[in-house]
Amino acid sequence: MAKTTVRKTSKPTRKTSKPAGRGSSKAQEALLLVGTMKGAFVLRSDKARKKWKIEGPHFRGEAVYALLHDTRGDRPRTFAATNSMHWGPTLRTSNDNGATWSEPGPQTVRFPAESGRALAQIWQIASGRATEPDVFYCGVEPAALFESRDGGESWQPNKGLLNHEHQPKWQPGGGGLCLHTIVLDPENPRRMLIAMSTGGVYRSDDGGKSWRARNAGVRAQFMPEEHRYPEFGQCVHKVVHHPSRPGRLFLQNHWGLYRSDDWGDNWRDIANGVPSDFGFAMQMHPHDPDTVYIVPIEADVFRATPEAKLRVYRTQNAGASWQPLTKGLPQSGAYENVLRDALTADSFDSAGIYFGTRSGKLYGSRDEGVSWTEIAAALPPIVCVKTGTTGAA
Amino acid sequence: MRENWNDGGSLITVELPNVLCSYTDQNPSLVLDEPCKTLRDALVALGRKSPGALDRIMDEQGDVRRHVNLFVNGENVRFLDGLNTTVPNGATIFVLAAVSGG
Repeated sequence: MAKTTVRKTSKPTRKTSKPAGRGSSKAQEALLLVGTMKGAFVLRSDKARKKWKIEGPHFRGEAVYALLHDTRGDRPRTFAATNSMHWGPTLRTSNDNGATWSEPGPQTVRFPAESGRALAQIWQIASGRATEPDVFYCGVEPAALFESRDGGESWQPNKGLLNHEHQPKWQPGGGGLCLHTIVLDPENPRRMLIAMSTGGVYRSDDGGKSWRARNAGVRAQFMPEEHRYPEFGQCVHKVVHHPSRPGRLFLQNHWGLYRSDDWGDNWRDIANGVPSDFGFAMQMHPHDPDTVYIVPIEADVFRATPEAKLRVYRTQNAGASWQPLTKGLPQSGAYENVLRDALTADSFDSAGIYFGTRSGKLYGSRDEGVSWTEIAAALPPIVCVKTGTTGAA
Repeated sequence: MRENWNDGGSLITVELPNVLCSYTDQNPSLVLDEPCKTLRDALVALGRKSPGALDRIMDEQGDVRRHVNLFVNGENVRFLDGLNTTVPNGATIFVLAAVSGG
């Protein structure tokens, strides 16, 4: 297997010098943000993405389940949701592309006292629409959606979901009762969609005031047979779409691979040629609305890649068929798992695809998944991989 | 001259682990300067001095985080009266990470 050269640094958090930060005129740089169970790593490369320089771990000993690099508006901003087993969750920010991070202050994402709930973990940080550069969203555990309209300084819970009539019946999956997916309609500012495990998909068409379950056709394998298609309660693992065709959604379920052509009103099975329709991760191609990537997992009771082969599957026809991508990936003895936010893509013309495994291996492809290289071999368990770019194009 | 709020006794001191000193200008020891009958009172007073430190010790519902241990004069309050544990004059409250991790 070809190995990408990695120069490992051990610079502690907040002491890294010469960051390519705000207002930098440096050449465009590729950024990989890797969240693990014991901290976050920041990897940098030039546009070729052949060699990566790795920095970290930041937030030593803390789990980092959500990362975001946002370049809207007049400055880059990077977010990390960190979670200490002892001291709880907090949201950290960087204004220099992940080189240094804010010290945590008072907790900014917090449930109101009357809710009776307390923040367990931030599972997702999402940018708002391009026209609203100060808007961000957080999906959290226990399942709730928070919104910031001041660049992430303060956060308010979405009351429509917080007080939803279904809320008492949402149940935690293996990872907890987490709201992990936030999908915005770039054309209609009043429409957005979220997904949670377990609870399923919910959509708002009135700017987040009210939410309707949108799970028709999505099965709940863990329910008695006559109740396998409930209105809500599915364990949806990830939903993606392409902004150029926002109403067509793809969904990786806890058993089931689906597509909707009507913003989630109806779902149909697209598990055509995959070794298993169980899995967690799902990633949209950045430029092609027909291309989606997944990593099938054998079963809920055996969460490892089928046949001990590490295979990314790709559809290039919106789910009509799927093909394995294996060049450079181990095809024997690979009992790996890739979690829901550990598969991602960059935005370069020849899209880079990246994923991290629970065993701490980080892989990347510079040719849209045709071939892969191992970028890092022995990180802590990887739970989140995100990308970004810095500097001038 | 420091005013004594605790029934004529000494003030209450909170000893924090190093990891929380980023919330207290790197000060590992805070002296509470308001009356505190119970541990709950003392933590509320701590929160007024350092809301960030209190957020790491308790969640937003006022429950002590599961893997945090609190001691009053060397006694783990889990085996006393929890947040209702009396804090005597001149007491020292220790905040420590529990034996857990992965």
